[in-house]
Amino acid sequence: MTATPKSPSGSDVRGLTRRGLLARAIAAGATFAVGSGFVAARDAAWAVETAALKPETMAALIQMARDIYPHDRITDRFYAVAVKAHDTPEQAQMIEEGVAGLNLVAQAQGFDTYLAAGWEKDRVAMLRLIEHTPFFQAVRAGLVTGLYNQKEIWPVFGYEGESFSQGGYIERGFNDIDWL
Amino acid sequence: MADNVAKFGHDDASVVVVVGTGSGGGVLANELAQRGVKVVALEAGGRYLPEDYINDEWDSFAQLSWGDMRTTSGDWRVARDFANLPAWIVKAVGGTSIHWAGASLRFQEHEFKAASTYGPVDGANLLDWPITLAELEPYYDLAEKKLGVTRTNDLPGLPGNNNYLVLEKGAKAAGYSKVSTGHMAINSVENDDRMACQQTGFCFQGCKWGAKWSAAYTDIPRGEATGNLEVRDHSHATRIEHDQDGKVTGVRYIDRDGTEQFQRARIVAVAGNSIESPRLLLASASERFPDGLANSSGQVGRNYMRHMTGSVYAIFERPVRMWRGTTMAGIVQDEAHHDPARGFVGGYELETLALGIPFMAAFMDPGGWGREFTSALDSYENMAGLWIVGEDLPQETNRITLNRGQKDRFGLPVPNVHYDDHPNDIAMRNHAYGMGERIYRAAGATRILPTPPYPSTHNLGTNRMSENPRDGVVNKWGQSHDVPNLFVSDGSAFTTSAAENPTLTIVALAIRQAEHIAAEMEKGTL
Repeated sequence: MTATPKSPSGSDVRGLTRRGLLARAIAAGATFAVGSGFVAARDAAWAVETAALKPETMAALIQMARDIYPHDRITDRFYAVAVKAHDTPEQAQMIEEGVAGLNLVAQAQGFDTYLAAGWEKDRVAMLRLIEHTPFFQAVRAGLVTGLYNQKEIWPVFGYEGESFSQGGYIERGFNDIDWL
Repeated sequence: MADNVAKFGHDDASVVVVVGTGSGGGVLANELAQRGVKVVALEAGGRYLPEDYINDEWDSFAQLSWGDMRTTSGDWRVARDFANLPAWIVKAVGGTSIHWAGASLRFQEHEFKAASTYGPVDGANLLDWPITLAELEPYYDLAEKKLGVTRTNDLPGLPGNNNYLVLEKGAKAAGYSKVSTGHMAINSVENDDRMACQQTGFCFQGCKWGAKWSAAYTDIPRGEATGNLEVRDHSHATRIEHDQDGKVTGVRYIDRDGTEQFQRARIVAVAGNSIESPRLLLASASERFPDGLANSSGQVGRNYMRHMTGSVYAIFERPVRMWRGTTMAGIVQDEAHHDPARGFVGGYELETLALGIPFMAAFMDPGGWGREFTSALDSYENMAGLWIVGEDLPQETNRITLNRGQKDRFGLPVPNVHYDDHPNDIAMRNHAYGMGERIYRAAGATRILPTPPYPSTHNLGTNRMSENPRDGVVNKWGQSHDVPNLFVSDGSAFTTSAAENPTLTIVALAIRQAEHIAAEMEKGTL
């Protein structure tokens, strides 16, 4: 990861220096640092500013994104990009209420919040209880394009994207399978 | 575009108006123009050529697909997963011939006689076609020549990519013998002023080499070059008008500026694909034709077919990289015949298919999540895949209707697409899933994923051909039983779906129809 904190959305996060971030952060579960108007990785390797959502809510969304589509070789930064589209005035109420509902489910399971549950197994069990809600479906459906359409993660899957600019695969392995 | 492109006046009542410019309308328009007939083709979408196509799944989808609001109902899973996207088809000059994969198979003889071959099937509205394979064969010859189909006219087959090689290994090990890289309208060598396939992938997004046949850069410009064809893009047909004798007089449409226009016509041919074509006829209801134009049979919009489909993806120990090369790179045809001993009537084809990561995430298990889902995607590089395409049965209740509760941007009712799987479709799909599993197990797969149908690419049957006017909408020439100067020129005229990908048959019928219309005009009977 880069040493300079960067917004996944490319927005300006000057002032959110590593030291500044950590100084201003309060704990949000074990995973994220949350401060006034931002969520950051615990090591401040990345940060995302929030506009319409509470930072705690954004942190919950990022964790939720990973729990819905867990890819262990993809860092949280990409999940943060994937859910950033929900950080709008139009969606804020639905998302805030949805995360509040999820936290109620967490409390019924003996956790302070969804994010406070450290184990994936416990969090996924909570999500299974709300998977039919419009909130969950909006987040999941948004991830299908929000996450998987990020070209930066395609190499993790081995996917090469377009090949036209390189003349296709006619000379580059369209039939190179050697183990059949 | 050619220099001498025709311009016809809105008041020119001598023209044939063709609505839609895909494999049906685009070919009909060109074939008429070649025969000296003046044609105005109305196309709802814009003009995109190979240099415009985008090799990125979602960006291309946004560029090309028919995204206008539609609604769905019925027990098919598409209604749940893609409630407003029943069909994955194209809105552009050239229509879905930009998106198609290129598989060009002739129907089998018995498939033109589904009712008499299969006998009565509960819930199915089966009917024999009013034409036979023998009657269509000369036009299949012409269509194969036009499309440059591999393994016809001395054109070699395409080389198989990795996805095909896995299919071939497994299919042969499973005992299948009709396994090949198929009959494809993709150049295996330079042909017809178009270059050979460069194994680039992205066949569904429009071929940037022009190696795959599309009306967009063959029939359309060639028709325009005759000086007899004017294509008006961004022109959305809204209503066909008729006179007091019940003959059609022209087509109302909204032009690119949002202004309503009326183009007079001697003949109107409807080729807007099997959702928009019946929608247009239903929307053209009048005092004289209260149930919609050409609908005395009540069959307009009914018998909607979309092929029995599904996919099987399989994961292997080592990489396959299925996205490299031709999207539909090979076929197994051993199950295409009719053998009721399998527990269903009709047959199916197994054809390789590959999706990129963005579409695989959207279509592998719509609504799915969690590690069961993501662990499969994590093995994407090691995946092979095939698509199942089989005959589905016409049912009267599977139909396109006007949804008066939902309006499009012109204020017109959107089409609703209702589809319930027939038990025959389900039995066939389960059989095909089993055979797909057997193929990939035989090739050494470690995990197999049966995948539900995508939004429909093969939309058929909603203005079907029939011998008897009581049973269908058009006769064997695609001519309305009710309105002599109204024709249907797309897959909506199919009487039954057959197992094969429909484009070659749409093209063959369009060539045959053009010959008929031109001859009748010459004789003065049209």
